[in-house]
Parts: sequence; C-alpha cells; structure tokens
Amino acid sequence: MDMNWKKSSENKPIGVIGIGSFGTAISNLLAEKNKVLVYARDEAVVEAINETHMVKNRKLASSIRATTDPELICDSCNVMFPMIPSSAFREVMVRFAPYLHPYHFLIHGTKGLSLNLPEGKDLGNIKKIRRKNICTMSEVIMEETVVERIGCLAGPNLAKELLENQPGATVIASRYNEVIREGQQLLRSDNFQVYGNSDIIGVELSGVLKNIIAIASGALSGLGLGDNAKGLLISRGMVELVYLGKAMGGSTKSFLGLAGVGDLVTTCNSTLSRNYTLGFRLAKGEKLTDIVADMEEVAEGVNTVKLIKLFLESTDLRAPITENLYKVLFEDLKVEAALQYLMKFPIYTDIDFFD
Amino acid sequence: MVIFDQLNYINLTDDYIKHKYEPILPKKAEWPVVKLSKSRKEFIQQVVGSSVGNIKGLTGNQLQTLKEELEITLFKERMRIKQNSWAVDPDDEKEFWAEVKAALLAMDADQQIEDEKKKQQYFEVLTRITKRYAEEIASNFKHSHYKMTRRIVSFGFSRLLNTSRVKGFKSIFSNQYRLQDKIQIIGETDQIRELASKGTIVMVPTHFSNLDSILIGWTISTLGLPPFIYGAGLNLFNIQIFAYFMNALGAYKVDRRKKNQVYLETLKTYSREAIQFGCHSLFFPGGTRSRSGNIEPKVKLGLLSTAIEAQRANYQKVDTEFGKVFIVPVTINYHFVLEAPSLIKEHLNFTGQERYYNESDEFSTSYKISKFLVKFFTKGSDISISIGKAMDILGNYVDSEGNSRDAHGRSIDCKDYFMVDGKVNVDLQREEEYSKKLGKRIVEEFHKINRVFSSHLVAFTAFRLLKKENSKLDLFSLLRLPEEDLFLPYDTFKEACGLVLARIHQLREEGAVHMAPHLNAGLEEIIQHGLQNVGMYHAKRPLKRNEAGNIVTEDISLLYYYHNRLDGYELEKII
Repeated sequence: MDMNWKKSSENKPIGVIGIGSFGTAISNLLAEKNKVLVYARDEAVVEAINETHMVKNRKLASSIRATTDPELICDSCNVMFPMIPSSAFREVMVRFAPYLHPYHFLIHGTKGLSLNLPEGKDLGNIKKIRRKNICTMSEVIMEETVVERIGCLAGPNLAKELLENQPGATVIASRYNEVIREGQQLLRSDNFQVYGNSDIIGVELSGVLKNIIAIASGALSGLGLGDNAKGLLISRGMVELVYLGKAMGGSTKSFLGLAGVGDLVTTCNSTLSRNYTLGFRLAKGEKLTDIVADMEEVAEGVNTVKLIKLFLESTDLRAPITENLYKVLFEDLKVEAALQYLMKFPIYTDIDFFD
Repeated sequence: MVIFDQLNYINLTDDYIKHKYEPILPKKAEWPVVKLSKSRKEFIQQVVGSSVGNIKGLTGNQLQTLKEELEITLFKERMRIKQNSWAVDPDDEKEFWAEVKAALLAMDADQQIEDEKKKQQYFEVLTRITKRYAEEIASNFKHSHYKMTRRIVSFGFSRLLNTSRVKGFKSIFSNQYRLQDKIQIIGETDQIRELASKGTIVMVPTHFSNLDSILIGWTISTLGLPPFIYGAGLNLFNIQIFAYFMNALGAYKVDRRKKNQVYLETLKTYSREAIQFGCHSLFFPGGTRSRSGNIEPKVKLGLLSTAIEAQRANYQKVDTEFGKVFIVPVTINYHFVLEAPSLIKEHLNFTGQERYYNESDEFSTSYKISKFLVKFFTKGSDISISIGKAMDILGNYVDSEGNSRDAHGRSIDCKDYFMVDGKVNVDLQREEEYSKKLGKRIVEEFHKINRVFSSHLVAFTAFRLLKKENSKLDLFSLLRLPEEDLFLPYDTFKEACGLVLARIHQLREEGAVHMAPHLNAGLEEIIQHGLQNVGMYHAKRPLKRNEAGNIVTEDISLLYYYHNRLDGYELEKII
C-alpha cells in the first residue's frame, strides 16, 4: 500500500467510499485524471482491488488502490465520494465521523432516504413521521459528522453505461460553489459533462423519488403495455414528484433538470435500472421477497416507497402512484388492480404547479 | 443539527444567582475598546484602506463599474438629504456632495485623460467618501465618560427601580448588587467571563425595546466585562445627552437611511476590523426592534457575516492566540414593552405589503425619551436577561476553554471550515452560506434560552381562544372586532392555560425553552400574576378580568403582540 499519499499535501488522492456498481463507475471516471483511493469494509474485496484490479467481475483502473481503514482514507483525501446504499449510509458516516473534519468535501451519489427516529421509538410505537424523521443523505452527513461542504451527484447515470465510457452527464448539487467547481474539475471530460445546481435537497429528492416511478414503469412493461401508457405514467409521475419534492423542501426547477426529468426518463425506460427490473418482475407475478433476495444490489425504490407512504400519513398530500405502489409492494395488491384504480383517479388538471 | 444534551450543555437554571462579579480586566488600559479609541486615527485609516480595497474587488477593478457605483452613491445620498434629513447630520453635507457631483462631472467630461489615470481619480473620490463615512461611524469612546455614565446609569436605575435607599454615590457594585433583584442576569455568565479573555465575543441579543441597549450595557458592566462596541442607530445621536451616553458606552453609529454600497461596505469593514482588533462587539441581529412581538424568526446577515470574515482573517494570520470569535446569543425577557402599541400598529400596517420601513426619527425630543424612561422605571417590572451558551461562527457550542465541540463532544478545529488543500483561502460565497447557517443557529438558540413569563402564557392562551371562537375570520378581521364584544369565561380560560402550561413544562424538560421560576407555582397563582403583569402600564390593558369575572381585552392588537412571544414552539396545536 502506498502510504506516501498521507505526507504529500499536493495531489492528494480522491476517495471513494463503497465500491458497488456506481462506486466502481465513478472510481474509473475519477482515475482518468486523478489518483483514487477506495474504501470497502470487506478485506477480501480490498485485496482483490489491490491485487487483481477487479471487483465482482467489473474491471477497475489499475492505478486505483483500496483500504479498509477509515482513518487512512480520511487523512489521505480531502475530497471523498460516498457511494453506499441508504440502509448502510448512517452507519458508515458514524464510523467515519471521528476522522472527518470541516475541511473535507463529501460528494455522495446515493439516491435513497434514511429514517431517523428519536430514542426509544420505532415504527411500531411512533405516532407520526415528520419531515425531520426522513433524511436525505446530505442531512445524514450533517447530523452525524462535522462536514459542511457537502454535494450530491445525480442525473441519468446508469452505472453500466458509465463503465462503458458512453457519453453522458451528471449534476453536482451543493450550497457551496467551491464543491460544485471541484466536482466539475474532477469528473468532466470530453465524454462526460458536469452541471451545477445549488438546490441540494431538491436534487437529492429528485434522485430519490424517481425510483418510485421507475418501479411503476417496470410494472407497466411487465404487464405488456406500450409507449402510451409509459408516457402517461412518466408525466403524471413527474407531477407527483414535484408535489412531493416541494412538500419536502426542494424547489420546482430542480425536478425539471438532469436529476429530475433526465434521470426519470432514463430509469423508466431501462432494463439496466434495478428499480425498473423490480417492477417488471413484480408484474410478471414474482414475490417481492424473492426478487429482493435475488438481486445483487439494493433497489432503493422499495425503501423509498415505504418511507414516503409514512410521510404522507402526516400530511394532507395525495400521491396516488406512490400510495398504490405501496399497496402492491407490501399489501398484496395486484398490479393490474392498482393500474385500474389509478386510471379512475379523479384528477383532471394537467399542470398546476406554475403560477 | 442533533444536539447531544448531557455532555456539554450546562443547564441554565431558572433561579438566578446573585453574584458580585469582579472585573476581568481591572486595568482599563487593557480594555480593547480603550486601545481602539487610543488609535482611532490609525484605525480609521485602516478601515478606509480595507474598505476601498474591498470595493475595488467588488467592482472588478473596472472603470465603468466603479464610476456607476459612485454615481449611484451620489444619487442616493442627495435623495436622502432632500427627503430625510436629521438633526445629527453635519452642516457641510450638501456642500460635500455638491463637490462630489462636480468632481464626477469633470472626470466624465474629460476626454483627454487616459483610463488608468481616470480610475485613480475615481478611487480618490471613493476614498474621500469612505473616509467621511468612517469618521461618522467610528466610536468616540472615552474612559472618563464611561465611568461617569456607569455611575449615572446605575444610580438612575436603582433609584428608579425603587430597589434601595441609595446612599449617595457609593460603590457602584453595591447598587448593582441590589439591582439584580429586579433585573436578573441568568445563564452562562461564568462562561462569557472566561471567554472574554480568551478571544473576541460577539453578543447578539433579541430586540424588542429601545431599552434593550441600556439593559445590555448595564449587564455587560455588571458581569465585570470591558465595554463592548456596538452599532447604535444614528437617530439616537440627535439628542445631545443621549449622544454623550451612547459614545461613552462604546457605540459606533449606524445610519440605516444610507443604503448605498459604499456606506454598507465601510460599515461592515469597521465592524470586521474592530472584531479582528479584539474589540468585543454587540449588535442586534434582527436589525431593528421586533414590530410584531415575535422572537426574531430570521436575522439579518450583514453584520453577522463580518464576524465570520473577521474569524477567517484571524486564521489567515500566522499568530492567532486570541483570534477566536465567540457568538453569544442573549434574550431579554419582559412582562411589558413600552413601545408595544406603536410597534404592533406598524407591523399590522405593513404586513402583506412590500417590506419597507421608513426610518423615522421616533425619539427626536428629550421630552419623549425622558417620559419613556420615567414611566418605565418608576413602576418597575420583572426583567431577566438570559446569557446563552457561546458558539463558534458556525454555531457549534464551545466548552469553557473556548474549544468548539460537535454533537458528540469531539473537538473541532474551526480553522478547517476555511481551508482547502491545506490552506486558508477566501471564498465569499462560502462565507455567505456560513452566515445563513449561523443566522439559523442564533434563531434556534433564541428560542431555547427564551424565558417564558406568566404574562406570555396568559396572553397567548387568551388570544388563541379568541381566534378559535372566531375561526372563520382571518387575522385582520379578527383584530378589527370591537373589544367590548369579546370575552372569555374564566373557567374555559383557566383550563386552556393549564394545558399550555403543561406543554411548556414539557418543553422545558426537553431543553427547548426556559421558564421563569414563578411558572412553578399553582395555576391560579400564575394566572393572577400574568393578568397583573401583562402590558401593565399601557393605557389600554391587553388582558384583565372584568367585574363579571370574565377575561376581557381593552386592545386586541396589543394582546396579539404579547401573544406572539410564544410563537415558534408549536403551542398552537394545544388550543
């Protein structure tokens, strides 16, 4: 292991925390212009990266190094990209917190939500879930660490296509322009454009909420429906996304950009998307538990549907697609029945969220 | 931000502790404010140089932009002189700006001169204007005046507050010791004394009354702290005697009529340089008195950002032993705010319209001011001043040594907030975001350290009940109802008070608010106390019990004002 990185103040490596498919893609993109240090919890994975430059059949650039030591990666890097499923995010941040300082930049790529209940409460005994109980990843970072300069990566970024070096773009959202600039400098190439947005909550929520629609889109495909239905779903899904997102603190324009509409369209049309695939298989008759057990990586949409449904119970909002999807996922409602119900839903105004 | 209560947060007790506080810097020569006034000329020069430099940066050092900036300044100043002149304005104002106008015209007309030279000339004009502003702003502290003022104020206070037979000009401390019966200083008093010799304190109090400045000044003195500099509204200097006191206490002058960039930049530079110098500072982050009676729901970021800039500038220097800036929120808790009737009327007139306060000169005559003081002090009313726990410029709590701690008690090096690639650098957008975060933290702390009084409880309950009874009306229609038609049966009122009180006790347990000790008494006692005290000296009482035993109001807008003090704790859900 190259320990010299700790000492030199110039050209510090860029850290990537977590090495799932998205983490791998980002590591490779970063490795084109920078030294990269990856953190993984599993010793075997770390060894595989260092020795064979492979992780689960995906190839990593040979200059990339790995470690299991949170302290080492925090000392060696000023900028780090957490790429961890939302279910493990808080735990990892807690583990890293003692080694994180206000000079660190953390740019995460997780499109999920984290439940944050007060001490002694769980889903069984809590009366109402409020917005503060449902956290985006940047909120988790702020709660658990002293890092202030936080950013998030979002947009139509299917990992497989990124790994194939296909042309694409992403948006980096942060309240701090310097974080956006740093991300642009690190990731931009002739093949990959990087946009900026200051509304980090809105961008995070876009990435989170579109997964709900993606599951529904996969289900429609699974039922054998065509492009009309898909168009209907995506545009009504967009409306639902904007309402939910605004209620949770995002601004409308973020949902109309790369992270919103861009990611929505990509994910709703791609068999490469885990969420899409999950919906597809559900419509084909498989059980949720079987599908989840079978999938290598988490489909964030499932957890998101659960948490958003809980949140809706404490507001006056209606989110028909989410509510029906919840019943399909957790209350054994058949996909066809859910679709019928949605077609009968009495809302006829097309767009009413602009003045 | 999740606050881990037990480890670091010393619970503010509800019972004040009468202390005799020894001065922390007994030798006046060591007082930062004295050192500042001794080097007033050099300090002004530094401020001017720094401010001009900043404006150069802001205009991108472009000739055209600089010219426009000066022209806008000239225009705004001439409008101000025409529309809104005050007694304190210097006689040569018109002349000065006429000269500026002539100079700018001449420079504009001059075709011969080359750009670089022209820019220099514009900078000269800019420097002249900035110097004029800096001279006006800079405080005129004189220690002898301060001592005199302290004696007079303490004497005046204790006499007027009826607390003791004053034995002539005896020791100041014995006066203050007894004054603390009526004006209770509670909270993190030991910590602020500790930290005042470890770094620079920026005190940020809530602002409800013009009395606040005097109370805070007295508090600072009683706590044995050296005088703080603070921005007092220029209109307060219209009266000679007040000007004497303001200057004596360390005030620098803030003219809220002047909204041009050059003035604002000069003002901010003055504040920042003074904090960097080590002068403890004080300003009301709300900017002006709360018109509605609410604790400030958000704060102005202008002067707050200077504290952050000063902190960063200190980190840029190599030797920074005393360079840390501590933010200390303070709330002043009253049963009665004299200016309430006019304040709430102003608020109601302006709500819903464009936010614009015409900076009127309310205290233009000595008569009005003395009437104000006499009325307030001769009757006396419980006042308490809560000193909050000190924070760093990002709102993290600091321990007794001045070290920043996170929610888990781990130490934070504040310098890291300003670093990129191992070096401190200047990023104004970043500092703007930090200001916003600090502003939010201050509002949070205001709500936490606020002390609930019986008067707030009864006012809140009564108004909420009236609102519920007339739920079909919006706020403005409700406030237009004739007071004679409004009443609440005592039993309903008492029951509702009980519910709100219980919730306040709960919030106190959670550390979300503080309570005056009298809120531990029986419900009946608390209600009586509240009815007696709420807005007690207004011509129209906001709340009282009529002969039939019902709860009535003589002025519903005033009741609304006092009710607003408990806004922000979600108590609306109780009734």
